[in-house]
Amino acid sequence: MAQTTNHTSIKVQIEDFDFSKEVDYLEENNSTDGAVVTFIGRVRDNNEGLKVENLFLEHYSGMTEKCLADIVLKAREQWQIGNVSVIHRYGQLNIGDKIVFVGVTSKHRKDAFSAAEFIMDYLKVSAPFWKKEQTEQGERWLDAKNNDQLEADKW
Amino acid sequence: MTIKVLFFAAFKEQLNCEQLELDAANVNTIAEIQELLSTRGEAWQKVFATTSILSAVNHTMVDSDYAVKSGDEVAFFPPVTGG
Repeated sequence: MAQTTNHTSIKVQIEDFDFSKEVDYLEENNSTDGAVVTFIGRVRDNNEGLKVENLFLEHYSGMTEKCLADIVLKAREQWQIGNVSVIHRYGQLNIGDKIVFVGVTSKHRKDAFSAAEFIMDYLKVSAPFWKKEQTEQGERWLDAKNNDQLEADKW
Repeated sequence: MTIKVLFFAAFKEQLNCEQLELDAANVNTIAEIQELLSTRGEAWQKVFATTSILSAVNHTMVDSDYAVKSGDEVAFFPPVTGG
């Protein structure tokens, strides 16, 4: 029998996550959704012309989880999507470490692609996370990018 | 009857303060909290003069004219940079 699920999983954690387990979660008991779109964001080794050594991520516990859940609800209002998983890490992260995961299932690929992009774009400009980079010239808190706001505004 | 005030990221470091409590009788709005705390010294004045400063009450973003009440959790922070 066809099964439809529309679970939302929000995790804000220090520890790393296992990509294949997250995909399993999205696909579990879900035979109606043919599309699975996932995104992973990782720590880059360079930013604005400087070599980055590592990254520290701070967040506002409580508000972060609420904000991410609200973003997923907004996505559900706009697109027909099934299971959604959002994971965002905080604390000390090294080059190449995974920072964020967004996974969305849907009957149709376009809804899954759009919802995943929407969730990432809104997360970027509204979830209370702050990055501090350790670079070859010392540490610096990152400034918000105007382009990220433009990307979110397009929705 | 108090209001809890939290600071994050660069603000927390500049003020060397993660959280404090205010008497709810002394402040009516977010703007009044900013005004009151700005009198604490140069670092405080500088943080609250930041044009991009964001404020939240009980985990929801608010404007500076938002009315605060006893028991509220107020937070001030710079524009977010996650993802």
